Amino acid sequence: MQTLWFLSSRLAKGILVVLAIVVLDFFLIHLAPGDPAAVMAGESGATDEIFLQQLRVKFGLDKPLLTQLGLYLWGVVRLDLGYSYRQQMPVFDLVMDRLPATLILTGAAFVFSLVIGVAMGAWAAANKGRPLDRLITTVSLIFYATPLFWMALMSVLVFSVWLDWLPGFGFEEVGGHENFLERVLDVSRHLVLPAVTLGLFFTAVYVRMTRSSMIETARMDFVKTARAKGLTERVILRRHVLRNAVLPVVTLAGLQAGQMVGGAVMTETVFAWPGIGRLMYEALLQRDYNLLLGVFLVSAAMVVVFNILTDWVYRLVDPRIEVAV
Amino acid sequence: MKAKLLGTLATSLVLAAALAGPALAGPKEGGRANVVIQPEPPGIMTGIVQNAPAQMVGGNIFESLLRFDTELKPHPQLATSWEISPDGLTYTFKLHPGVKWHDGKPFTSADVVFSADKFLRETNPRTRASLSHVESITAPDDLTVVFKLKETFGPFIRMFEAGTLPMVPKHIYEGTDFKTNPANNAPIGTGPFKFGEWVKGSHIRLVKNPDYYEKGLPHLDEIYWHVIPDAAARAVAFETGKIDILPGGSVENFDVARLAKTKNACITDKGWEFFAPQAWLWFNHRQGVTADVRFRKAVSYAIDRKFAHEALWNGMGKVSTGPFADSTAFRDDAAVVKYDYDPAKAKALLKEMGYKGEVIRFPYMPYGETWQRWAEAIKQNLEDVGIKVELIATDVAGWNKKMGDWDFDISTTYLYQYGDPALGVSRAYVSTNISKGSPFNNVGGYVDADVDKLFAEGATGFPDSARQKAYSAVQKKLSEDAVYAWLIDLKFPTITHCNVKNLITTGIGVNDGFKDAWIE
Repeated sequence: MQTLWFLSSRLAKGILVVLAIVVLDFFLIHLAPGDPAAVMAGESGATDEIFLQQLRVKFGLDKPLLTQLGLYLWGVVRLDLGYSYRQQMPVFDLVMDRLPATLILTGAAFVFSLVIGVAMGAWAAANKGRPLDRLITTVSLIFYATPLFWMALMSVLVFSVWLDWLPGFGFEEVGGHENFLERVLDVSRHLVLPAVTLGLFFTAVYVRMTRSSMIETARMDFVKTARAKGLTERVILRRHVLRNAVLPVVTLAGLQAGQMVGGAVMTETVFAWPGIGRLMYEALLQRDYNLLLGVFLVSAAMVVVFNILTDWVYRLVDPRIEVAV
Repeated sequence: MKAKLLGTLATSLVLAAALAGPALAGPKEGGRANVVIQPEPPGIMTGIVQNAPAQMVGGNIFESLLRFDTELKPHPQLATSWEISPDGLTYTFKLHPGVKWHDGKPFTSADVVFSADKFLRETNPRTRASLSHVESITAPDDLTVVFKLKETFGPFIRMFEAGTLPMVPKHIYEGTDFKTNPANNAPIGTGPFKFGEWVKGSHIRLVKNPDYYEKGLPHLDEIYWHVIPDAAARAVAFETGKIDILPGGSVENFDVARLAKTKNACITDKGWEFFAPQAWLWFNHRQGVTADVRFRKAVSYAIDRKFAHEALWNGMGKVSTGPFADSTAFRDDAAVVKYDYDPAKAKALLKEMGYKGEVIRFPYMPYGETWQRWAEAIKQNLEDVGIKVELIATDVAGWNKKMGDWDFDISTTYLYQYGDPALGVSRAYVSTNISKGSPFNNVGGYVDADVDKLFAEGATGFPDSARQKAYSAVQKKLSEDAVYAWLIDLKFPTITHCNVKNLITTGIGVNDGFKDAWIE
């Protein structure tokens, strides 16, 4: 009963937050100079008043701003996210079209960074002060500090241009799959560079977080008790230290997971990955208001959902935590 | 002796021809061309979407009555012949018999009348402007179309190019809302390639039209247009062999020189003759120092165009000498006042006008790295003669807005001239084309009654000698007034792997479809 009450009250609050975000985004987007009609007319290289007016009427841009907001919100309530001016498609369909590619990329990056990050962090903590610890810490610091786009370009240069091991762009080789398995393998090959590039930053964060959290936990009294009970170091580390040290990592993982749907603008752009991040970037440049709002709405909703899930996982990892309703 | 020599020569020639036989065997059939498309177009129905990438793909699906070679001479396409009456008022086209739309329905004169008179008049501003000179469009029989003009209009024949007057199927569009017709997503044309599929964000696929009316064409089986949003990634895709063709403007200029040197890369600047893009510096004529002709002349003298041409544009295109681009008709180099790089003259003019160091706002065109570097070079040139410049960075939407709102002192830009001053030059100078909201009309706000009159005379003059007289006079006047600082008549290099053959055969380059191309 308490769980149900917890979930429904969180969800209600979440919906309010998402709506507030939509309204705020709506006004923020309209603050940026330029409108989609002018961008589209500009692209066609020639225009006249009739053409601009046709576009504005078609997109409803000739209506007052508050009316536009009202219409948009009424649409959102009915799960109609409007029409993308630029892509000439309903926003909902567009977002759903691109979502799988983004989820594959960010999901792979998430798993990669979480597994490698926690493992390396734990390994470094277990070897605190030794050369191995220093090596892991230094490498993770480098990954943490290197700009993503540079890392992306360098990985393409090395693994795609010089070594010719992995494809440097796209989701798959177009038009040449014999069967499903071949396609899966092909997508996996295309996934390696973008997923690893995207994952490296979070890997570094997990390494540092896990390491420091474990070192801190290892100083706690209950660890001494465990040692006094005669447990082996291995068991102490795995059962007592790691489990208690993992809470901040869960918080971070929740944050990263929330961002997954927002996509990875930079990575998707450099690797020509057909996901949501790129869609958002293009929508911004083209002042494609509806599309931009749609992507914001979906990613805000996902952040809210993952926050609720994170709180939930907290309780599972550490039953002592009572979630405030 | 002489006869023997000739005989030997003939034998050698026959032998040489025989030896060269396999090499001259002609085009190779089949295969796929991988091409870059950037940005991904909103649609590829070129009757509705007119931006460059849409034209590039759509040019394979849709055709017009004529094609124009790199000298801008008309050649048959959907029309086999055409006749212009001696008074220049009636254009009669005979259509190619046996042409079918991609859905199998016959293409007839009714489609031509519908495309020009109904469809494009509603959807395409550029076509609409040209059609304002037309009194009637009629179809006396299935294979004949007659355009009657209200007055002579010199560039009228140039309208029958694939990008300006693409033929659209009447049986599909008549009585529907053109812009939301489902066929826009799977377009039906008469062209050498048919629509295959479009995976948004990834690629567009076109496939060979097996029933194409020009026998033996096209050679390729399919074309894939790949959407790769990052310029560096596009260059890499070419280097790694994933992409065969980089249409003009696909990679940054600083990458062009490097890519051109890579193995198996061929480069050409052909295929821009019809568009004749010219870059210039807008001046805002409405206010401040830019309203003073001496200031505009000073800026024109202060800019080192040769440097930009060599360093930023890899020597492609030509340094502009006046308002008419290199391949635009009626250009008269003898009539224009030229502004060669001369900082001393610029300084003298600034002194004469009493320039007091007012800061010039320069929201430069945000079309990528080259344009940013160019703006920095111009700023440096102007500061060398004592002009203070504030560079303003924007994105495309923001820049369009600034230009449309006339919120600038100077700015870089480029416009297509479409081979004829009445189509692409006058729009930036005549006072009737000043209206807020668009970055592509007379945004400088230049007003001169003589210039308006001369451009009108040039457009409707007949025959060409009358047009030339008006256009020579207008070039003289515009250059005397230093209306804008004309910079470079641009060419955007197309880079291909050298086994791509016969790609660019007309004045609109890759926008004219790949029907003649093959891959060896």
